[in-house]
Amino acid sequence: MKKSMIGLTAGLLLTAAMPAAANESSLAGQADAKQWTMQLSNYSGTSFSELNQINKDNVGDLQVAWSFSTGVLRGHEGSPLVVGNVMYVHTPFPNDVYALDLNEDGKILWRYHPEQNPDVIGVMCCDTVNRGLTYADDTIFLSQADTTLVALDATTGAVKWTAVNGDPAKGETATATPLVVKDKVLIGISGGEYGVRGHLSAYNIADGTLAWRAYSTGPDEEMLVDPETTTHLGKPIGADSSLNSWEGDQWQIGGGTTWGWTTYDPELNLIYYGTGNPSTWNPSQRPGDNKWSMTIMARDPDTGMAKWFYQKTPHDEWDYDGVNENILVDQEIDGQMRKLLVNFDRNGFAYTLDRETGELLVAEKFDPAVNWATHVEMDPNSDQYGRPQVVAEYSTAQNGEDTNTTGVCPAALGSKDQQPASFSPKTGLFYVPTNHVCMDYEPFRVSYAAGQPYVGATLSMFPAPDSHGGMGNFIAWDAVAGEIKWSLPEQFSVWSGALSTDGDIVFYGTLEGYLKAVDATTGEELYKFKTPSGIIGNVFTYEHEGKQYVGVLSGIGGWAGIGLAAGLTNANDGLGAVGGYAALSDYTALGGQLTVFSLPD
Amino acid sequence: MKSAVSILALATLFAGAVLAQDSAKTDAVTDDGIRWYDADDIPTFNIADDGTVDWSTFSGYRRYHAECHVCHGPDGEGSSYAPALKDSAVRLDYYDFVAIVASGKKDVGTSANQVMPAFGTNPNVMCYLDDIYTYLRARGSDAVPRGRPAQKAEKPEAYAEAENACMEG
Repeated sequence: MKKSMIGLTAGLLLTAAMPAAANESSLAGQADAKQWTMQLSNYSGTSFSELNQINKDNVGDLQVAWSFSTGVLRGHEGSPLVVGNVMYVHTPFPNDVYALDLNEDGKILWRYHPEQNPDVIGVMCCDTVNRGLTYADDTIFLSQADTTLVALDATTGAVKWTAVNGDPAKGETATATPLVVKDKVLIGISGGEYGVRGHLSAYNIADGTLAWRAYSTGPDEEMLVDPETTTHLGKPIGADSSLNSWEGDQWQIGGGTTWGWTTYDPELNLIYYGTGNPSTWNPSQRPGDNKWSMTIMARDPDTGMAKWFYQKTPHDEWDYDGVNENILVDQEIDGQMRKLLVNFDRNGFAYTLDRETGELLVAEKFDPAVNWATHVEMDPNSDQYGRPQVVAEYSTAQNGEDTNTTGVCPAALGSKDQQPASFSPKTGLFYVPTNHVCMDYEPFRVSYAAGQPYVGATLSMFPAPDSHGGMGNFIAWDAVAGEIKWSLPEQFSVWSGALSTDGDIVFYGTLEGYLKAVDATTGEELYKFKTPSGIIGNVFTYEHEGKQYVGVLSGIGGWAGIGLAAGLTNANDGLGAVGGYAALSDYTALGGQLTVFSLPD
Repeated sequence: MKSAVSILALATLFAGAVLAQDSAKTDAVTDDGIRWYDADDIPTFNIADDGTVDWSTFSGYRRYHAECHVCHGPDGEGSSYAPALKDSAVRLDYYDFVAIVASGKKDVGTSANQVMPAFGTNPNVMCYLDDIYTYLRARGSDAVPRGRPAQKAEKPEAYAEAENACMEG
């Protein structure tokens, strides 16, 4: 009796201590390079590892150590986690989770198979992808396709709690990874092509109750902004900043979804994420700047209150969702160390901002093909400050409904989509997987029906003209100078997340299925291996029993698998081009598999 | 000898019948001022010698690349997981095609997770369903190449009236 009382008290104490512990377990996990406890490897989102057993001198000897079939077809994004001696592997819908024992050659310790209504598959715009799990406090967090957020006991796989974040009947779905900050788990929502009103939501990790929800659009109190203290480029955003930038009630079905990545600066206590396209794709149906779609948001993770916003593409006319990862780095600008945020946007501009204040420092094109805007206005005294200077010829709004605007670069999938870039503090460079694709875009009028696609534009995509003919590049970028250091042409868009390491190498995957390793300084190819299916997952690394491993999920799909399966061709090229373009289906087929590499013993 | 002749005759007849049927199947025969129909009263394309496509085929191209291509890929060519609709439009009976679009289709099991939603309540799809079918039929029978049709006929007045009635209704 006495014994059990003590046990109960200890249990209660443990529960009470959880909020602080959560932050510590996340911080401890990312500080230990042997583990991989969150997507993007750390809160800063650098996808960099201190491990260096595999390095530029020996990476050529890399070989497959082991592999694992996920049992699921369709697109595999994100990466597994490694916590201690256990690897956690996630899949696209049905969102299975496997715990694999690394001490026993990957024996399955437990598996979790959620029951979801398969109707959700039909309302996922661009394949049934899921960008992975996160870990904190002996808990694995999974965001299912149907928007159910699940906390699983990391040891047993038992469900601790579930929370419902949205309604698939309205087109609300989930593809993003959760992120744990202190005592909360943050999660976004998908469905910009269904007129979903985007929000970021924080749930208490202790019991799964909703702590706060910040909408991307609408009334100030629902966006968690303070008109006086929340700023845009240094100035207060003012009252009703979102409502004033839409016509009528369009904001209610106006998108601004949050399906990308969230990063966190523990010192500033700010989280950073981006909002997606305004709905519909037909700009004439939503006059105004459509705030705050297409925006980088900095918020207090405890309350959700916004500190600053930066809208990259006001009144989007091309579907350049602003959801890509915001990588947090400290670098010197004009002799001063600055706390920076670097974002490679779909719109083709790479932005460097002061992450404390939201001041815009650099905005340069990271693909020379980008033509929809000449530049971003950098003069703080200009009324155009911070705004892209749109080229009339490529403006689908100025050309109007029912007019085909041709030769716009980049295409709607952006110069870069969700596939995360990597930053190496050793070289000071960013390694960026990019798309090299342009498009014709014709907007037209559409009607809204709940749970139905709400698109309103026809588009056709083709490889960037007058270039190398391929649809992708893998580039090294200097975010202070705003310059490409080197660029590797790829036949297809590079849709895999990059990994850089202390071994002076950078890894990335290709849509044909190659895992490649290149020299971090020169870009020279040092190794490649063709995995069973195209790669849209992110490369990750860990150490087990003194040995470094590099792994990646294969499994072709996502928007890349849809758009490029049959290849792309430019109708304007005429018949001569037919047969000359590359079809992904000539190189790879569906199949989810994890491949893990190491050096020979 | 006699039987050899009749086999030959039969073979010729058969080949001729196939050819005739192939060309007749998709041929535009009638026109209600909105779109063209084949001999079985099924919506079909009408492409002029200079490559100009009728408005319905062009409209189908446009609507397909808004509503369908996010799963089925550009030009009806299929994606990593969804079938090539240019083939489905030729393989399936018109009424089956319409039924699947309106009611959806599910193939969920241990190896497949394919779900096509029901578009029956979506005016952006249903008001243009015959156009989409016509476009895919043209693609599937190689009457139009990949990409945007280079030339299109004007939108007929009767079409505009029917379109407005459908979208507003």
